[in-house]
Formats: sequence, structure tokens, C-alpha cells
Amino acid sequence: MQTFLKELRSALAMTVALGVIVCGVYPILVYTMGQAFFPGKANGSIIYHNGTAVGSSLLGQAFNGPRYFHPRPSAGGYDGTASGGTNLGPTSKDLIEKVQERVERYRETNSLAAGELVPADAATASASGLDPHISVENAILQAPRVAKARGWDTNGVIAVIQQHTEGRTLGLLGEPRVNVLLVNLALDEKEKTGK
Amino acid sequence: MNIYGWVQLGVFLGVLAALTKPVGLYLVRVLDPRAKTFLDSVLKPVEEGIYQLCGVDSRHEQNWKQYALSLGMFSVVGMLLTYAILRLQYYLPLNPQHFAGMSPDLAFNTAASFTTNTNWQNYGGESTLSYFSQMVGLTFHNFVSAAAGIAIAAALVRGVARSTAVTVGNFWSDIVRVTLYLLGPICIVYAVFLVSQGVVENFGAYTKVTPLKLLGGEQEGAATQVIPQGPIASQEAIKMLGTNGGGFTGANSSHPFENPTPLSNFIEILSIFLIPSGLTYYLGRMVNNQRHGWTVWLAMTTLFLLGLLVCWYSESSGNPRITAAGVAATGNLEGKEARFGVFGSALFATVTTDASCGAVNSMHDSFTPLGGLVPLLNIQLGEVIFGGVGAGLYGVLIFVILTVFLAGLMVGRTPEYLGKKIESYDVKLAVLYVLAGVLSILGFAAWASVSDWGVSGLGNRGPHGLSEILYAFSSTTGNNGSAFAGLSGNTSMYNTTLAIAMLAGRFLMIVPVLALAGSLARKKQIAPGRGSFPVTGFTFGILLVGTILIVGALTFFPALALGPIVEHFIMHTPVAY
Repeated sequence: MQTFLKELRSALAMTVALGVIVCGVYPILVYTMGQAFFPGKANGSIIYHNGTAVGSSLLGQAFNGPRYFHPRPSAGGYDGTASGGTNLGPTSKDLIEKVQERVERYRETNSLAAGELVPADAATASASGLDPHISVENAILQAPRVAKARGWDTNGVIAVIQQHTEGRTLGLLGEPRVNVLLVNLALDEKEKTGK
Repeated sequence: MNIYGWVQLGVFLGVLAALTKPVGLYLVRVLDPRAKTFLDSVLKPVEEGIYQLCGVDSRHEQNWKQYALSLGMFSVVGMLLTYAILRLQYYLPLNPQHFAGMSPDLAFNTAASFTTNTNWQNYGGESTLSYFSQMVGLTFHNFVSAAAGIAIAAALVRGVARSTAVTVGNFWSDIVRVTLYLLGPICIVYAVFLVSQGVVENFGAYTKVTPLKLLGGEQEGAATQVIPQGPIASQEAIKMLGTNGGGFTGANSSHPFENPTPLSNFIEILSIFLIPSGLTYYLGRMVNNQRHGWTVWLAMTTLFLLGLLVCWYSESSGNPRITAAGVAATGNLEGKEARFGVFGSALFATVTTDASCGAVNSMHDSFTPLGGLVPLLNIQLGEVIFGGVGAGLYGVLIFVILTVFLAGLMVGRTPEYLGKKIESYDVKLAVLYVLAGVLSILGFAAWASVSDWGVSGLGNRGPHGLSEILYAFSSTTGNNGSAFAGLSGNTSMYNTTLAIAMLAGRFLMIVPVLALAGSLARKKQIAPGRGSFPVTGFTFGILLVGTILIVGALTFFPALALGPIVEHFIMHTPVAY
């Protein structure tokens, strides 16, 4: 019994002692350094347009109109507090029907030919539901539609895509991609300043 | 399977191999209370202060029963504390979103989940938990459950290394030193690196922004987007390094605020394997047989590569049903992020389940059947492919003992392991360890799959539904924490059964390990003779890989045949559910 109580006392004291270090000292150190060295990033990489906060450069946003590039399908409709995927399995009827529907809509929206292949990222939902990126192929296919809606030359839109294409890190890691919010913001700014 | 994937794989293995020795050597120092480290000038006073405060004599070593008692007591206190915090979070500080307290069964599940290093998430982090609950209730366990895992592994290795000894180390000193000298310093550097990539770290309320399209004249959709905030980077670092896996957000490491760039992805994957890989070197160094350590490392790497190649190939081949709908055949991207692609997701999924991490950067539920089989089988093999911090090493040592036992049976000699005779008592403990996991996984999964409470939680029908249930109980018993997340586990029956599986998978396995440590420590070390079975080299490596695969395959093949394997064939027919 005595050992039992002694161990209990040690366990309680140890919980407090280690708790202060790993739940207090540690996060406060990281917070201080993060805020000092990378204040923008530590606070959510918020981006502004004409002084208004319009989003985070790391989180995707819903765009539906013809003047903007469209992001990937999202399980949570780009709600910042409901991250997650569809979790539909490969033989799910729901998944297959959704993909068929998206393919049709994508072809229609972007005036593609009947049998033309749709990029995989445009037809499938992301893991986080907040994926900020689309593939370069996906962006290029949307470019003529965006150009038409804005009354631009398609090459002008493609130039904006190219400026905002992120390659593989160190030429190796990840996939080439385009940030939808940033590219749309660039389009709006270019339009406002008259190129 | 493109060239970029192959080169990334090569770089990954190269970096891992290069870090194994330095991490292993540092572990030798951290796990020896008398050794010096380069951080002594700062941390030694802190360490001594903690011992004084807690009434611990760090020079006093414990036998296995005392060691187990300290561990048990510490776990109970920590679990009750977390349960209380989760229930009472509404009244506690750092709750800018004013989240209410958790329900009793969900709080029990979550407390068990973090105490056992599982980090199964039946809650959506950014929509349920206050910053205080995340930082104190959860991150506390991320550190100490990882430290406890490493401590137990160290106790077992000491048992193997010592001759006619009674004690296996001091639990309190082990967890304090691992936390202070190993996990803490790495996490500070690591977390700041994560912030540099875009992971947020603050205590502010969630930010409301006006979506760009509204300024551009589009009317459809919500008028604001809520950007979550919080001390994410500090939790993310220990979540990966300590093979915990419980994300700040529901989407875990697929969320751009947890894993923003391909570089952060690479480092997060690497950090899962870092300590488990170093522990194999620690093993070799401690038992004075470095080749044994490297043989175990190579056996693990072989199993890792087998799993990765199957998963990567299957995900690259994609889903024929989706390509038939007119989608370009560039692999299965459902439930994956564009910045990681197929390879970055397959590598993460394989590593997180080889180890008992359970963080995810893609939704395993939406993998192709064989791509999803790999994470499931990795967990069922006992997470001994590098494995969780500490848990992977003591898990693989159980299989090493079974291997020398089987080899001994084959040649008709008394099995021995590094000069220790392996006797009936030791083999019984090893089998007990294996059986505890099997019974919990198959028992609970069988119960759930024939019960209303089990079936009503399914997110998918057909064989995939069985896979969801099987994955849930494999993941919780294995203390992994990843999920086929279509399953709605937040019901009172699932919360309770999954919590019991987590507790069984941790403590019913730790007790035999510590008993084995005590038993091995007592034995006299005998010099290897001509009849001793070598535990190094190709033959032993193959036998070890074979034992792990055969035990796992024999146990789980029937269940897997009804789940992912049959689904693979169905995927190539017009049948859907």
C-alpha cells in the first residue's frame, strides 16, 4: 500500500512537472519564434485584396462563375471548419455517379468535346476538402472559358497560369500545381490595373 | 509509377539510413542516466529539479513489476486528467470558439486514444476542441506516451543485454530524459520549420474573411469563409515525431494548415521513421552486436518496400470505374491532395501504418482495394516495420524471439537469443503478446459486423463495409489511429468498444513485454557456441521477415479475403454498392 501511494504521488507530480514543460514552455517557445520569424505564416497566410482579407493562400475557396478558375470538388464545400474527404470507397455507387456528373459538368462548363478526357483532379474530391491547388492541365483546360468571360486573349490567361505554376520542390518533391485563389486574385488585379 | 517517385523513394531511404546511426548513438546517451549529452548545461538542472519535486531517486533501478506499476500509475493519472479536461473544456481557458464539453463516451474514447499513443479521432478537432484541450489534454500525451513507448523498449533491450540482473531501469528517469533530451529539443526546431512552411501557431480566434468571388461579383455561396487558427505547429511536430498521429484538424495531415508543402510532407514522413529507425541501432549498440541491429533494420526495410510498391502501383493504376467515366488515367486522386499526388500519398500511407503513427495525408477509405489493403495489413502485422516509437522495437523483438524459437524447433536445439536461452515461459509471453492483438481485432470486428450498432455506422456498403470495420479495430488495437474514416465511430457503442480495443492493445501487450524483460535480465549470458543460431545476416533476416508475414497472413487472410481482396475483383465488374 505504501509503495502504491508513493507511486501515485510521483505520478501526480510528474504529470504536473512534465505538463508545465510540454504544454506550457514548449508551445510558448514555438509561438514566440514563429511570430517573430514568420508572422504571416504563423497567423494563417491571410491574403488581402484592396485592404479586405479575402482568404488564406493555403486554403482553397469555392468559385463557381465563368470569370474564375474553379477548384477541385470538396466534401465540405470549402468550409474552413469542416475539413475532410468524401471517404467514398472505390466500388461506391455514390462515388461513380458523382464522378460521372462532374465529368459532364466540366465538359459543359469548359466547352470540351464529348469524349475529351477530364483531368483526374477535376473529377475527384480532395482529402482535406480545402485543397488550394489544381493540376496545370486542369488550369489550361479552363483558360479559354475564363478568357472569354473576361474578354481577354486566351494567351493572356495562360501567361497568368504560368506565372502562378508551382513546380516540384527542388525539382523532385510533390506535383506541379496552380493555386486557384492566387491565380484568380492575379486575374482580378491584372484586370483592374489594365495589365 | 514515374521516375520522380523512384528518385524520391531513393532519397527517402538514403536520408533515413544516414540518420539511423547518429540518432541511435544519441539514444544510447539519453537512455543512460549517467551519460552526458550536449544539452546537459541547460537541461541537467531541470532534470534534477523534476526528480526532486516528484520524490524520485533516479539512481534507484526498478524490477519489471515496479517498472510496470509506475507506468500504469502514470497512465491512469494522465488518462483521468485528459478525461476531465475534455468534459470541462467550456469552463477552462483558451476556448475562443466557446466549444462545449465532450460527451462522456466520446471523452472516454479520446482520453483512451491519447493515453495509449493511438490518437484515433472520433471528434473533428477544429470544430470540437478548445486550444486548451488540444495543448494540455492531448499534446501532453503525445509527448509522454511516446516517451513511455521508448522507455519500455529500453527496458526490454536492457533485459536482453544484462546478465543475471534483477532490474530493468527506472521508469521515471527514462520518460523524463526522453522527453527533455530527445523529443523536446527536436520538436522545437521541427515546429519552427513547420511554421516556415505555413503551419499556423497562434492562440487567436478563427479569422473570418470575405471570399474573393464576392468582391468579383459572384453571389452564390457563403458570405464568409472561416479560417481556423490555433497552436497547430507545436502539436504537429510531436504528433509525427512521437508516432501519435492525432491531427489538430479533422483532415489531419492532408489539411494545408498541418502539411502545407511537398517539403513539409517529406519531413513529416521522415520524422515518423526517425526514432524507430534509430532504435534499431540502439539495440545493436546495447547488445554489442551492431550487425544484429542492421539485420533487423534491413528486414524492416524489406517489408516497408514490399508494402509501398504494392500501394503505389495500385494507386497509380487507379480505379477503372472512374477512368471509364471519361477521366484521364493518371492514378486514383479521390481523397488525395494535388500537391502530394499519388506517390506522396502512397508513401505517407505506407509509413504511417508501418509505424503506429496513424496521421494521414490522404483518405485511406478512398484508396483502391489493394492500395487500402497495404495500410490495413501493415497494422495487422503488428506495426513492427520500424513501428511506433519504442513499440516498434519491442514488437519486432517479440517476433525475433518467435523466429529463434522456430529456428530452434527446426534444427532441434534449445533456442537462444544473444546468449540467453529462450525457454517455455519466454515463448508463452511472446505468444500472449501476439494473441492479445489478434483476439481484440478479430473478436471486436466479428461482433461489430453482425450487430446493428456496428453495421449502422458504415459509410460504404458491400465488402468495403467489412474493410471499414476491420480497419477500425485493427487501427485501435494496434494503437495506430488512422481510419477508413467513412465509418461513423462517434456512437456510444463504437466509442466504448474502440476505447477498450485501444487499452487492450496497449496494456495487454506492454505487461508481457515487461515480464519478458524481467525474465531475460535474470538469465545468465552464455558465450555463443558452434550450435548457436546467428541472429545476423541473410538467413536470419529472411526467417524474421517470413515469421512476421506468416503469422500475420495466417491470422488475417480469411478476413482480408472477404474485404479488400474480393473488392479488388468486384472493382473490375459493373457491380457497385
